[in-house]
Amino acid sequence: MPNTERTPGVVAGRLADDALAENFGDLHEPLDAHEAMVAADRCYFCHDAPCITACPTSIDIPLFIRQIQAGQPEGAAKTIFDQNILGGMCARVCPTETLCEEACVREAAEGKPVEIGRLQRFATDALMPKAHPYERAPETGKKIAIAGAGPAGLACAHRLAMYGHKVVMFEARSKPGGLNEYGIASYKTVDNFAQEEVDWLLGIGGIEMVYDHALGQGDLTLDALTDKYDAVFLALGLSGVNALRAEGEEHAHVLDAVDFISELRQAANKSTVPVGRDVVVIGGGMTAVDAAVQSKLLGAENVTMVYRRPRERMSASEYELHLATSKGVRIVTGATPTRLMGNEHVTDIEFAYTEDGPDGLQQTGETFTLKADQVLKAIGQHLDGAPGVIKLDGGKIAVDENGRTSLPKVWAGGDCATGGDDLTVTAVAEGRDAAEDIHQAIC
Amino acid sequence: MADLTTDFIGIKSPNPFWLASAPPTDKEYNVRRAFEAGWGGVVWKTLGEAGPPIVNVNGPRYGVVYGADRRVLGINNIELITDRPLEVNLEEIARVKKDYPDRAIVTSIMVPCEEQAWKAILPRVEDTGCDGIELNFGCPHGMSERGMGSAVGQVPEYIQMVAEWCKEHTDLPVIVKLTPNITDIRYPARAAKAGGADAVSLINTVSSITSVNLDTMSPEPSIDGKGSHGGYCGPAVKPIALNMVAEIARDPETSGLPISGIGGVTTWRDAAEFLALGAGNVQVCTAAMVYGFGIIKELTAGLSAWMDEKGYKSVAEVSGRAVPNVTDWQYLNLNYITKARIDQDACIKCGRCYAACEDTSHQAIAMKPGRVFEVIDEECVACNLCVDVCPVENCITMEELEPGMVDARTGKKVEAEYGNWTTHPNNPAATAAE
Repeated sequence: MPNTERTPGVVAGRLADDALAENFGDLHEPLDAHEAMVAADRCYFCHDAPCITACPTSIDIPLFIRQIQAGQPEGAAKTIFDQNILGGMCARVCPTETLCEEACVREAAEGKPVEIGRLQRFATDALMPKAHPYERAPETGKKIAIAGAGPAGLACAHRLAMYGHKVVMFEARSKPGGLNEYGIASYKTVDNFAQEEVDWLLGIGGIEMVYDHALGQGDLTLDALTDKYDAVFLALGLSGVNALRAEGEEHAHVLDAVDFISELRQAANKSTVPVGRDVVVIGGGMTAVDAAVQSKLLGAENVTMVYRRPRERMSASEYELHLATSKGVRIVTGATPTRLMGNEHVTDIEFAYTEDGPDGLQQTGETFTLKADQVLKAIGQHLDGAPGVIKLDGGKIAVDENGRTSLPKVWAGGDCATGGDDLTVTAVAEGRDAAEDIHQAIC
Repeated sequence: MADLTTDFIGIKSPNPFWLASAPPTDKEYNVRRAFEAGWGGVVWKTLGEAGPPIVNVNGPRYGVVYGADRRVLGINNIELITDRPLEVNLEEIARVKKDYPDRAIVTSIMVPCEEQAWKAILPRVEDTGCDGIELNFGCPHGMSERGMGSAVGQVPEYIQMVAEWCKEHTDLPVIVKLTPNITDIRYPARAAKAGGADAVSLINTVSSITSVNLDTMSPEPSIDGKGSHGGYCGPAVKPIALNMVAEIARDPETSGLPISGIGGVTTWRDAAEFLALGAGNVQVCTAAMVYGFGIIKELTAGLSAWMDEKGYKSVAEVSGRAVPNVTDWQYLNLNYITKARIDQDACIKCGRCYAACEDTSHQAIAMKPGRVFEVIDEECVACNLCVDVCPVENCITMEELEPGMVDARTGKKVEAEYGNWTTHPNNPAATAAE
């Protein structure tokens, strides 16, 4: 008998293949040409538009929308890529509801912003199947090493390659893309888009990819890189996952949400990914939402997301939280895990209610227990494996506004560096800007 | 309830909405449907001479200009007059009129500019029992190349001559349909009146090319790679039509000449505007072609509701109400001074007013931190561009300065008295104010 939503324990194949295909299809269907026209016509072409200011990569949004209106989506895409070479992914994963679309004046006017994210996807989808739109400048003879092939590293690499520099990217995993490939909910980027986007980006030429090479392992040291290259850009991401520090955390089926998300993304067939009947996700950010929603979409009967502070402190956007509840996720706030119970596997988890007081978050003494045959931890990540000599600030590599670190010839950007909001789009901006600064410094 | 019945040059109809002479009125089938839907009258699609009917192109007849969401703003057509035999049309007109005695049926006619041609067709038209005739001196394409349509309408002497023939050879009321493709609409209107016409109707379509196919380099609509100018109609031409109607209504030589208003009437409001500028009724085509005959319900209900709200009892009471307020520029009050005012609560901070004023007008709007837009009275000439480009209704308005207040731009006190260019000291030809 096949598994169902009510099958006890952590099992795969709770839903039929067609239900899984439906659940993990595109969250936002692409706009067709007519829909794009109608959506584009709503743009007011604001003066010094607030959406541009709200975009971490400062895409000239009214211009690209006008180009769509005028029947040239490919020109629109060029406007986007000039600022953000990963504009295709950002169109899919940006929390536009807290960025450009929140700033859209039609949000103020009608509570219904111009659909900037979907229009951006319409434009980028039109251009990406065609030839790579940028030409590389003549070879300069300069070489730059980049550690980490996530959004920051890729954006930096592309800009440097455009200037004619030679780039070698060292990536710890066996595939490029970083969080775009491993860390984002499957329904946000379907059809292997992350890999296709990297292939397209590499079309600029001059970028060599070296996989399964993590900085700090073997002879791949920062010293070795600074010796051999004209500049180094560190885009390591945050590979460490914060622990709950609650009793019983070592029970089986207590996982890091990032691993669960990554396994799902890499699974060719979602019916092979096991999920609990009663899943509890701990955390209040996008990772927690991505894990909770996908647990539900895999067929978990009960999914509860528990966050220790009040709802307004959650870093997941209101839109994401609505998405979660619309998929049947229950959200509990103001409760912190105190004890995970079970024998071999986790079976229950106890929480204490909390209160925000003058001395910080305090437990009230009142507790409750949730059934849990799977617990996903999403309470944040931290930088692991930073080269020892580099200056950190708050656990991240300290950088100035151009991405320069405390070390000569070394820049950093993306989640591993200070500043930014741990978003794909801010990582792209940091990578791009560091590339500009590196270019200035080495030429 | 306001009374929508109209008596236009003796032709009665239950409401002032007639379908204009055009594809919607080309045959019995359509006209019956229109009357069932509630239209007050029709001007039957233009009849030509007896004999072999004209032929139309067999490719696209229409070109279009769109606004947002493919909303039709204007249609251009290269269709000619009816391409069905005269006898068939006459029989159908007679049948429909018999079944709908309370509706107006006016027959549009276009035959060569020879008295014999008109003399031949008029009795046959009269025999249908229709209520009147409309002389098509307007179509700018095709027929004009054969010396008819706008080729007549562009020569006031011909208009007068043909109108005289018609008045001589029929007792039916005669409406002359005017082309806008002339310099001054008053001359053809005066000619129509001089010829004894009972009324004029306007405007016919505006000569136009709506677009060019940039792959084939053919104007649209394209017939085998070539295009010919067509006649433009729909909401886009309404401002042109309103002005021409008003010009005739306020011309002392044609004042009082009944006018059937045509040109982009799409909602009851458009109709009310034509009436206010002197029309006695209106004719509709494009809106029906885009949305179907069902719009008549909105047109009649809307006009009726508005008239009730304003206390107008009849269409005749509305007709011409705005004509006294149409004047020449030289008589506009130069002592009327307004300033733009931005309602900060309504403002959505798009900055369109700022861009428009800063780039193309008088640099009279300041952009302050937090995207706060404020009018600089010292620079504001009250041009209204900010009001026009603002996407929020009533967010920017024009505030009138009271007499005695100082206009910050000129430093002068606002005068209470009316004063125009004819008496202005800057006018070398000024006459002293009395």
